[in-house]
Amino acid sequence: MRHTISVLVENELGVLARVAGLFSGRGFNIESLSVAETLDPTVSTMTIVTRGDDQIIEQVTKQLNKLVCVIKVMDLEGKDYVEREMVLVKVAAKAETRAEILRITDIFRGKVVDVSPKSYAIEVTGDEDKIRAFLELLKPIGIKEVARTGRVALARG
Amino acid sequence: MKKTGSQILLESLKMEKVEVIFNYPGGAILPLIDELPCWNLKKILVRHEQAAVHAADGYARASGKTGVCLVTSGPGATNTVTGIATAFMDSIPVVVLTGQVPTALIGNDAFQEADIIGITRPCTKYNYLATDVRKLSQIIREAFHIARSGRPGPVLVDLPKDVLTDATEFRYPEEIYIKGYQPTVDGHIPQIKRALRLILKARRPVIYAGGGIVSSGASKELIKLAEMLRIPVTMTLMGLGGFPGTHPLSLGMLGMHGTYRANMAVTECDLLVAIGARFDDRVTGKIEGFSPKSKKIHIDIDPTSISKNVRVDIPVVGDCKRVLAKMIAFLQEEGGVKEYRGSLDKWHERIEKWGKTHPLTYQQTQVIKPQYVIEKIYELTKGEAIITTEVGQNQMWAAQFYLFDHPRSLLTSGGLGTMGYGFPAAIGAQVAFPERTVVDIAGDGSIQMNIQELATAVHNKLPVKVAILNNGYLGMVRQWQELFYERKYSLTHIGEVSPDFVKLAEAYGAVGLRATRPEEVVPVIQEALRIPYPVLMDFVVEPEEGVYPMVPAGEPIDQMLLV
Repeated sequence: MRHTISVLVENELGVLARVAGLFSGRGFNIESLSVAETLDPTVSTMTIVTRGDDQIIEQVTKQLNKLVCVIKVMDLEGKDYVEREMVLVKVAAKAETRAEILRITDIFRGKVVDVSPKSYAIEVTGDEDKIRAFLELLKPIGIKEVARTGRVALARG
Repeated sequence: MKKTGSQILLESLKMEKVEVIFNYPGGAILPLIDELPCWNLKKILVRHEQAAVHAADGYARASGKTGVCLVTSGPGATNTVTGIATAFMDSIPVVVLTGQVPTALIGNDAFQEADIIGITRPCTKYNYLATDVRKLSQIIREAFHIARSGRPGPVLVDLPKDVLTDATEFRYPEEIYIKGYQPTVDGHIPQIKRALRLILKARRPVIYAGGGIVSSGASKELIKLAEMLRIPVTMTLMGLGGFPGTHPLSLGMLGMHGTYRANMAVTECDLLVAIGARFDDRVTGKIEGFSPKSKKIHIDIDPTSISKNVRVDIPVVGDCKRVLAKMIAFLQEEGGVKEYRGSLDKWHERIEKWGKTHPLTYQQTQVIKPQYVIEKIYELTKGEAIITTEVGQNQMWAAQFYLFDHPRSLLTSGGLGTMGYGFPAAIGAQVAFPERTVVDIAGDGSIQMNIQELATAVHNKLPVKVAILNNGYLGMVRQWQELFYERKYSLTHIGEVSPDFVKLAEAYGAVGLRATRPEEVVPVIQEALRIPYPVLMDFVVEPEEGVYPMVPAGEPIDQMLLV
């Protein structure tokens, strides 16, 4: 089962390596990981998406909690939360496909962030399904490059 | 007045009441080495950095204090990894100080540079790269706090050369607060009460005590609880001594080479109370067959140890000593203990029968039996020695035949199984207790892994005794080859080219003694104990003796091979 885990960590040297090392060292897989500073510059938030049965997830959260640099661990599974990911896509743009690309981008409430004679770069934000659907639609047109942020999540309320 | 990083470090060690430091010098830590003679600190120069950590570890295990060692950068630092991993697996408080190239050269593949922070991240409780002399005292304060509190463990502090020479005002922090590090030491009261209710209902209970009993100093509480409720106690290798081996309620060790009665009792019990033990695979055997009829209570300071391998019914996160003290207090308040005592008679009768039908034993012949050597060491030291072991058959025979009655009297590499641990650990223990008898029980294979430390023992006048059970083989591997690989002794017969251990001891300035017949064993041990110098005893023992009982890997623990 997929779990989204939000982790507050000290914003210091090597923290990412400690967290990532914990996963690799114990054979847990990370599906997605994003990290950035919070309002407090000494603290960062990591959003980690991983998979496992209850026992594995229990170990993951316990092991994360045990790290000296980890301040708080919150498994969002079963809780009400919002989850988003951003993708930047560079798509081939020929004269006959340019309008179609813009239409799709519009439907997905995306934004064109760069234009060249041969391509568009588009930004789309949303949950995993939305991003996947957007990429599926662009695939036949010709995706040149994709950059995804990985998921970020916040508990509601 | 400003002080250099080296001075600040040494001031900080003084504040932490560090009395001894195990060292090996090198270029990157020269500013610190240069400063050392001015400080009232015992300095033990080892002959290999691995031994520096093992010695600090042995010092910590024997004394209950935090062990400290100092090595240089690059190879000096990488040589400590086995020692650090050993301390990590057994939760031993050690602070490892490593030199590092100057901060401006870090990451440039400078001479004798190694990313020791990256290398030791998975095997330290925490590690620090000190990049600013102004933060050095804070780091040292935190390092000692983290090493010794909660579930103890090794902490490494990497010290770039320029940080040791830079200067600033010295101020040692009185209070520290680490946001992400707040160990739970007091058990949850409702959980403790739930656990007690379950204990009082059990008719076939067993306590399974681990190294947490020793590290939290909970032996007295464990004895009290076991005696109040008359519950039999089995111990892990790391737990030996945490409960007296000669106590009528002691079942001895559990697991792969545990006693028949301990393994049967755990298999048949209806309640297993694990205290400071982590359900290691050498203890549980095949998980599905481990204590299948029991409810399980697990008391441990480390929440990650709970339900990691075996699901438990009642977890209690907390320091063993504090939790047991609360249990005893509740029992004393609530009464009901008296009628419970009678209800375990049948259970004790069964256990006694297991003990009588299958005791720990061996067949005496005209050749020295290793078990006999251990028995005689036990008798002649009156069970009062600090015993360290190497790893393998020697370790298991020591665990089986030396009845440890006191905590911190067995120092052994339980988790990592590090050959070469015992001798430097014995040196550390002897430094902690110069007046006590310290004996390293070794194999002829293991002792050769750190035998250069004979020089350290002689140099520092440490009268450590080493008892080599010399069978000419890497014995435990040979035993597995005998049982599971059709006696094909590939790469395990080392006796063909082993040194003459007596001459080797003499070459280092120690004393060498040898026994080749059973009747020579006692005189050799007596002579060794009488001599106030390091002594190496070479006992030429039965080459193909095995350690029994033995649970084959992957089998449940009631499926034992017996003698």
